[in-house]
Amino acid sequence: MKAAVVVFPGSNCDRDLAVAFEQAGFDVSMVWHKDSALPEGVDIVGVPGGFSYGDYLRCGAIAAQSPICKAVIAHADRGGYAIGVCNGFQILTETGVLPGALLRNAGLKYICRTVNLKVTTSESVFTQGYNAGDVIGVPIAHHDGNFFADADTVKALQDQDRVAFTYEDNPNGSVADIAGILSENRRVLGMMPHPERAADEGHGGTDGAAVFRALAGMVTAA
Amino acid sequence: MKARVHVMLKNGVLDPQGEAVRHALGALGFDKVEGVRQGKVIDLDLAEGATEADVTAMCEKLLANTVIESYSIEMA
Repeated sequence: MKAAVVVFPGSNCDRDLAVAFEQAGFDVSMVWHKDSALPEGVDIVGVPGGFSYGDYLRCGAIAAQSPICKAVIAHADRGGYAIGVCNGFQILTETGVLPGALLRNAGLKYICRTVNLKVTTSESVFTQGYNAGDVIGVPIAHHDGNFFADADTVKALQDQDRVAFTYEDNPNGSVADIAGILSENRRVLGMMPHPERAADEGHGGTDGAAVFRALAGMVTAA
Repeated sequence: MKARVHVMLKNGVLDPQGEAVRHALGALGFDKVEGVRQGKVIDLDLAEGATEADVTAMCEKLLANTVIESYSIEMA
């Protein structure tokens, strides 16, 4: 079971994500943004949170053009698994791997606190460790987490059961309370909340650990 | 050769920064402001021979996120 975590200048959750993967049993390699290939045999790619390239132009816009992102897009196009958290979600929307975009929070404030999420679907490798309807506490830490997509896209996400998580009490203005979404083949998850920061007793909560445990189970079984 | 690119949030996309500016103007007594939209201006210095089509490609690939933003180009 191999995971790769991409590191951009300005990433700050890369090591947290690596630890969460390791605790679930993955061998983790860190991959620098200038690399143009992922390590051989990688099962899942993690795109971490942070402020890649200082959020210049738009959050994730410059990172989306980096050499490693071409490899991440190719990995996703091949049907590979990937998870993007926070800035990683922004990057995956900027690359077009996931639909929509993340706008400035409706209240204009950076928000850093634990929020309640509803698991909207258990039909994915990321959420199969939960039951649909479960409510979990996971931290958010973002200024630009206001998910936006046009009405047709939102309807498609809902109709295809591709909304992974919704906010119980919408903190940032996201359309339809959406906190995380799945790609069409359900193998790429993007979410603003940080499951890797709720994956160890030391974090004050472990509600996010099931994401990584479930992934490990999936890859082992495959 | 220069080009100026204006990038604005599309109509229908909430612009919370523009809204905050509108509120602040109202608080200063400018009571005739009915709406504010905030965008970006990007100036490009271009080599000879660059065309508007080149700048359009730049907008589509990087300068604007067309999911949420529209852009216009002035060549000069």
